[in-house]
Amino acid sequence: MSSHKQVIDVVMPQLAESLVSATIGKWLKKPGDTVEQYDPICEVITDKVNAEIPSTVDGVMGELLAAEGEEVAVGQAICRMELTAASDEPIQEAAIPRAAQAEPVRETASSGGHADESQRGRYSPAVHTLAAEHGVNLAQVQGTGLGGRITRKDVLAFVENGGSKPAPEAHVHSAMAAMPTMAPATPSPGTVAADLSRAALEPVRHSGLHLTETPKIPTIEVEGGDRSEYFIDVTPIRNTIATRMRQSVSEIPHGWMMIEVDVTNLVQLRNKIKDEFKRKEGVNLTYLAFLLKAVVSAIKDYPIMNSVWAVDKIIVKRDINISLAVGTEDSVLTPVIKKADQKNIAGLAREIDELATKVRAGKLKLDDMQGGTFTVNNTGSFGSILTQPIINYPQAAILTFESIVKKPVVINDMIAVRSMANLCLSLDHRILDGVICGRFMQRVKDNMESYSLETQVY
Amino acid sequence: MAVMEYIDAIRLAMKEEMQRDETVFVLGEDVGVKGGVFTTTKGLQEQFGELRVLDTPLAESAIAGVAIGAAMYGMKPIAEMQYSDFMLPATNQIISEAAKIRYRSNNDWSCPVVVRAPIGGGIFGGLYHSQCPESIFFGTPGLKIVAPYSAYDAKGLLKAAIRDPDPVLFFENKKCYKLIKEDVPEDDYIVPIGKANVLREGSDITVIGYSLPLHFAMQAAEELANEQGISAHILDLRSLQPLDREAIISAARKTGKVLIIHEDNKTGGVGAEVSAIIAEECLFELDAPIQRLCGPDVPAMPISPPMEKFFMLSKDKVKDAMLQLALF
Repeated sequence: MSSHKQVIDVVMPQLAESLVSATIGKWLKKPGDTVEQYDPICEVITDKVNAEIPSTVDGVMGELLAAEGEEVAVGQAICRMELTAASDEPIQEAAIPRAAQAEPVRETASSGGHADESQRGRYSPAVHTLAAEHGVNLAQVQGTGLGGRITRKDVLAFVENGGSKPAPEAHVHSAMAAMPTMAPATPSPGTVAADLSRAALEPVRHSGLHLTETPKIPTIEVEGGDRSEYFIDVTPIRNTIATRMRQSVSEIPHGWMMIEVDVTNLVQLRNKIKDEFKRKEGVNLTYLAFLLKAVVSAIKDYPIMNSVWAVDKIIVKRDINISLAVGTEDSVLTPVIKKADQKNIAGLAREIDELATKVRAGKLKLDDMQGGTFTVNNTGSFGSILTQPIINYPQAAILTFESIVKKPVVINDMIAVRSMANLCLSLDHRILDGVICGRFMQRVKDNMESYSLETQVY
Repeated sequence: MAVMEYIDAIRLAMKEEMQRDETVFVLGEDVGVKGGVFTTTKGLQEQFGELRVLDTPLAESAIAGVAIGAAMYGMKPIAEMQYSDFMLPATNQIISEAAKIRYRSNNDWSCPVVVRAPIGGGIFGGLYHSQCPESIFFGTPGLKIVAPYSAYDAKGLLKAAIRDPDPVLFFENKKCYKLIKEDVPEDDYIVPIGKANVLREGSDITVIGYSLPLHFAMQAAEELANEQGISAHILDLRSLQPLDREAIISAARKTGKVLIIHEDNKTGGVGAEVSAIIAEECLFELDAPIQRLCGPDVPAMPISPPMEKFFMLSKDKVKDAMLQLALF
């Protein structure tokens, strides 16, 4: 064995106690790539964590058994790997128990065939009962059980056939007894079909993305559909989004309001300092950072915005943790800026950049997603001027920052061209009413409009 | 209806009951801020506050004792044992106090407590995170015990347990948490305690069990039907105490060939009692010796993966046992 190249199956590991499956995100190694022990071979996505699976051996990547986007049960093989050095590690156990397992079945099967009649004269209580009930002479009944035993069903079939011919059931049974061992070796037509269709799917995914390309959560077409429609698999993330949105909309009575903010001064301020900031800090100084600061300060003045409905009470959170809605091509995630009230504008800008990078690289940790108390969504970044957001359950409100648009505005009875932006707020009307939200929004507006060329970002 | 995981169904049941009844509260280790080690109670403290979702010290005897006292006083506590393996310090409270209060006080006092505990192995958890303790409590009159297999039953049985006027042990299977996904109604319904459920109709063999192993039995039954034309009748006990004698007897009568499966070890397990009921009630309708496929009688779940695999039931093991019985 050691002279030949040894091929092992790599299986999906148990990533967390309660996980039973994980989705292959991306293959990081292609068939033929040399793999060292501990090299990551693929990324996997679960609803708890995204992780990389390291190789347990030195070797060469073999066939990929699971496609990107495919959900694989824990313990199921995901790929094959050729070992470089022939090691005696007892890893390939898969084949052995299967062969061993087939043995006892074979024995019982052959002994259940025509030759063995050792159990022919032993009748179970059920057989006795039925024979007495129907007046059957058991000597006339053909036994299809183990060792020629007459089973309960044999008697029933005998009775049904008018007590003459052996039951058709019996044929099925004996035919089955003659060749049941074929079953594990040759899969039934159903399994073959399933395998074929899987094989048909696989090559498409095999070519796979490589390390250099940007990872995306795969949208895999599911089989089925026809000329007029096709199906897309629901990824774990999509599923989570769907559940959360549904819960929020069905439980929280949403209220909505919008105000308009004059951000002309802010635009000037940012234009003045953004290049130097980028040079010094290495990250972009976005409008969003200024908005977050304005929102956080307003929440400090109106802490009820930072609360959760608990049926018999309202729980007000002391920490202000801002959930930031960050979209990718096909999902939206809400990573959290923890204790946002303790950060200055520069700190917020850096944090926004970090979280957005992590989201787009698919590197968010569970911890990055937890503890949010109020959500801000920068909807202006994709050109919207008006949105009606869904609250990030179980928070009390969500605020959107729309596109900055130059508009004619009347100031002191004169018309001026100013940079204007809308802020929209969806609120949990069980907790919040119009007056308090109006004041809160007014405070955000004041904060935004009081930025000037003198404002310090540090 | 919404497709949800077994664990979501359990969480939803607690949430709905807490909304419905102010006297319902949850207590246990890490159930509050952390939301439970499996996230079973996630979000409940945020919604209902720390007075209704209590983080307790690591003292199971105290968790059960406090819950029992509160229950006798008129509250409806749900006491969580983080793993059923940790439940043993609480057995004295559960068996000597909760189970006996009504009897001892001549029906004057009652104890509507629910003790939730995750059972079962196969999660690489080893000795302290894998046990099935059903048999420890099984022979104690005064306790009700439920062990759901489906997400639908998990929600319905937990709601029934919370509303039950007497102590109920709710054994949820931790391997089922994410494995079992199905349609669960998002409105109020209960699954009555003491009623078994036919999961699959069949005529060749009868499989009786509860909790996770039924998952293997259902898969095996499907394969046996396709590959060999064997038709299996499968009964989910759902409630272990009281057992649904009528359902057990009629399921046994249906085929005369009975296989009983559970992960708890064979000796003195629930299967022994089910087997005895069948022997008492329908001996003359049996067509084969009653079979049991259970965890082996060894002291603990091994941590070594091959040995854990050896210990655990699986689809292949259940299928093999079903085939043997069908061929008999």
